[in-house]
Amino acid sequence: MNIDQSKIRNFCIIAHIDHGKSTLADRIIEKTGLLTSREMQAQVLDNMDLERERGITIKAQAVRIIYKAENGEEYIFNLIDTPGHVDFNYEVSRSLAACDGAILVVDAAQGIEAQTLANVYLALDHDLDIMPVINKIDLPSAQPERVINEIEDVIGIEAHDAPLISAKNGINIEAVLEQIIVKIPAPKGDPMASLRALIFDAVYDSYKGVIVFFRVKEGKIAKGTPIKMMATGAEFTTLEVGYFGAGQFIPCEELSAGMVGYMTASIKNLKDTLIGDTITNSVNPCSEPLPGYKKVNPMVYCGMYPADGAKYPDLRDALEKLKLNDASLQFEPETSIALGFGYRCGFLGLLHMEIIQERLEREYNLDLVTTAPSVIYKVHKTNGDVITLTNPSNLPDSSEIEYMEEPVVSAEIMVTTEFIGPIMELCQERRGIYLGMEYMEETRALLKYELPLNEIIYDFFDALKSRSRGYASFDYEIKGYQRSDLCRLDILVNREEVDALSFIVFSGSAYERGRKMCEKLKEEIPRQLFEIPIQAAIGSKIIARETVKAMRKDVLAKCYGGDISRKRKLLEKQKEGKKRMRQVGNVEIPQKAFMSVLKLDDK
Amino acid sequence: MRKQLGLYIHFPFCIQKCHYCDFLSFPYTKNTVKSYLDSLFKEIRAAASYHDEFDISTLFIGGGTPSLMEADDLLRLMEALQTSFHMEKTGEITLEANPGTLSMAKLKAARKSGINRLSLGLQSCRNVELKLLGRIHTYEQFLKQFEYARLAGFDNINIDMMSALPGQTLSDYEETLDGILDLEPEHISAYSLTIEEGTPFFDRYNVESSQDLPSESCERQMYHLTNHKLSEKGYHRYEISNYAKTGFESNHNMGYWMRKNYLGLGLGAHSLIDNTRFSVPRELGLYLKFWNQPKQIPNMAKHYYENLEALTLAAQMEEYMFLGFRLTRGIERNKFLSTFGISVDSVYGEVIKKHIKDKLIEETKDKQRLYLTARGIDISNYVLADFILEGSVN
Repeated sequence: MNIDQSKIRNFCIIAHIDHGKSTLADRIIEKTGLLTSREMQAQVLDNMDLERERGITIKAQAVRIIYKAENGEEYIFNLIDTPGHVDFNYEVSRSLAACDGAILVVDAAQGIEAQTLANVYLALDHDLDIMPVINKIDLPSAQPERVINEIEDVIGIEAHDAPLISAKNGINIEAVLEQIIVKIPAPKGDPMASLRALIFDAVYDSYKGVIVFFRVKEGKIAKGTPIKMMATGAEFTTLEVGYFGAGQFIPCEELSAGMVGYMTASIKNLKDTLIGDTITNSVNPCSEPLPGYKKVNPMVYCGMYPADGAKYPDLRDALEKLKLNDASLQFEPETSIALGFGYRCGFLGLLHMEIIQERLEREYNLDLVTTAPSVIYKVHKTNGDVITLTNPSNLPDSSEIEYMEEPVVSAEIMVTTEFIGPIMELCQERRGIYLGMEYMEETRALLKYELPLNEIIYDFFDALKSRSRGYASFDYEIKGYQRSDLCRLDILVNREEVDALSFIVFSGSAYERGRKMCEKLKEEIPRQLFEIPIQAAIGSKIIARETVKAMRKDVLAKCYGGDISRKRKLLEKQKEGKKRMRQVGNVEIPQKAFMSVLKLDDK
Repeated sequence: MRKQLGLYIHFPFCIQKCHYCDFLSFPYTKNTVKSYLDSLFKEIRAAASYHDEFDISTLFIGGGTPSLMEADDLLRLMEALQTSFHMEKTGEITLEANPGTLSMAKLKAARKSGINRLSLGLQSCRNVELKLLGRIHTYEQFLKQFEYARLAGFDNINIDMMSALPGQTLSDYEETLDGILDLEPEHISAYSLTIEEGTPFFDRYNVESSQDLPSESCERQMYHLTNHKLSEKGYHRYEISNYAKTGFESNHNMGYWMRKNYLGLGLGAHSLIDNTRFSVPRELGLYLKFWNQPKQIPNMAKHYYENLEALTLAAQMEEYMFLGFRLTRGIERNKFLSTFGISVDSVYGEVIKKHIKDKLIEETKDKQRLYLTARGIDISNYVLADFILEGSVN
């Protein structure tokens, strides 16, 4: 089969969260007849349970569609779905590298949001042509003209011929399909050159081994092609190549320059496949690998421990499997006195952390205890050494520290004007430095702040949402490190330091954080046989204290005529609760207490 | 000797539901009660012929408010029971009674029918508290009925009382305590109020933060006052919430703690027979319909009883411990051994050791008996939860 390159379009859809990206993808798939609407489960591309429930896309997914255009020609569309959230810029970046163009979906009522801009800049970085689409035009509050002008003014791309659609109700989807042919460029690349294919994703299948997703830039790959991964040097013989149907893999003869598909080669070792690596022909290799992706480093670290210590090897296996197609996930073993054996894991952001945690719990059936997240601090020691600190427990003694640095981000917050006050107040509380404000239009403004990353990793999103009644949107990028007055806050339970509860905090906020932390722990730790002091300390200095009183009464007085079921249930529940406790010294601490530092904002 | 059985009869009707109560009961109407009693009589006859091998050693008529029954109905009920079952001559027969539903005539009829023990729900000697609780009687009405009960020949009377009521002070509570002690009942059940979900009290008093409920320390003072005053007056505590003069412990309730066989008849009533637990349906319509069909066979287990559960050995041991420890005399090592063929220490050794170390459980000098200490009773749930065996938690 010979496919004419000019009939291929490789594109992705980018949008702010909830602007309708996945719904549009579904409509395109449905319109092109790949699936009838009866067969369609809502949002075909979001096939992780977690994605459907949260209504977000976490992992990139791809699908091939045949479109018969009005000019009578048949086209092959490769649609690559991308995540919308800032935490997953890395994933977006990977998907974009496999595309030649991007459809930009903007909500006709909301207009441009913080993540719209972030995604557009990312697409422009990858030299993609951008095709705007105005969605949700059937909403009563839709103002397509306003949004079109906004796109032209703010982003600076032509938008007056943007299709006005409703993905939800299937309005004007044909216009989108026709415009794809015109506005998204066909791939280039010599099919006769030696093979160069970019790996943009991979999944593990227990029968086939690693299934590698890639975009062929030059040359071709078929069953039997001897291949080499250029970065890892691993060599294989291709067993199967194919493309993506809706939710299934469809084998084919070969994939040539410009095409998107998958391959298998009995790859058992997860480490042999690196996302961003280049596949070439091992017999006839190309001279240079493709430029890799922007390498993204984790920004947030936390400890993850199996609730049941015996599940430690299971946790390692699960993390390795997840890392296979999420190169940004990092982990290394660590030991906590309170929590036993676990891993210190690095994530792109808090949402990324939550997602990984949930995937571990759901897909791998693990019960986890997670410690408070921490950013990476740079500790300059008096002897001239610089330590990169990801675990607060490893902070050297204060006498050995010259000074410390913490990461800062430049943040853009888009907000309707009525909430500017509360949002500025929030940024102030979080040690934000005001950089400026731009009005997008009369009622909306873009606030620019510089914020320490450690102030936004806990509950900044929640605070932002609650103080703007959900109207603010937020994006940030890492700016660099700045010197800062930081200290480690330790928590002592019954006069014993609990290492898993320590965290690094700005000295000016230490007292308040310590006090809140003690209050929170007092709520979380159930009464025990004896009184338990809970103290917050900096070094040897106690800065806050609460007391969990001794248990005085815990008795079920009544026992109804012969019905013991209630009593049994109560005792079983109590027993179950005891099982979920961690023994620290002679105090039992519930697992969720270790995460209580996350919820200290009481506004 | 024939096997013994405790019998419980449930009468699920009340004039008005008390504000703290989450028991199974319905508003009293003449017609519903009539059809209920018709069904109950059929059930009694069917069950009696099915459980023919037992002698009834204790009988408890509870509710609801069984004292709402007319004197005639009460007589008919007792007669039905006596003609259907083999009742032991000297057995304890208790009627649970609300003072607001009694009269001299009814008490005389009850006594004459064979009922030999009364359990009176008083709860408080202060009318303002009675009103708050949603009780239908005053303290004065109670006093009168108590006197009538003595006159009618009841020489074994229990009084139910409650502490930790909303707004109650320690001296308020002492007033109730003294008022009851003056009457010298044979038995006192002293409960501290629990706010149950699904009751008006639950909506009215937030358990976590309510300012209306007595503070924890006040509640503890009431509790210790109860213990102190009652023992001073010759009542011994034989179970977590139950006090009696010697020889007047409730035999029927002891059966529950000691896991003797018992059979519950009437709506929602629970049974334990030969280590199988089961209960009558809780839905009134279903219950009436079942017994309205002609010729119900006594073997109803499969399509009638609910929550039918043949207890595993582990579940039996758990029950043995958490029910047995409710009695102040505790559990006996020998008896555990002879019941289960394995020593209590080989099952619960670690747990027992731990709680002895923490002074929550003590053992007698000869090490035969294990029982909760006063502190262990205070926090008995904490202690007893440890006797739930690993793996049996659903």
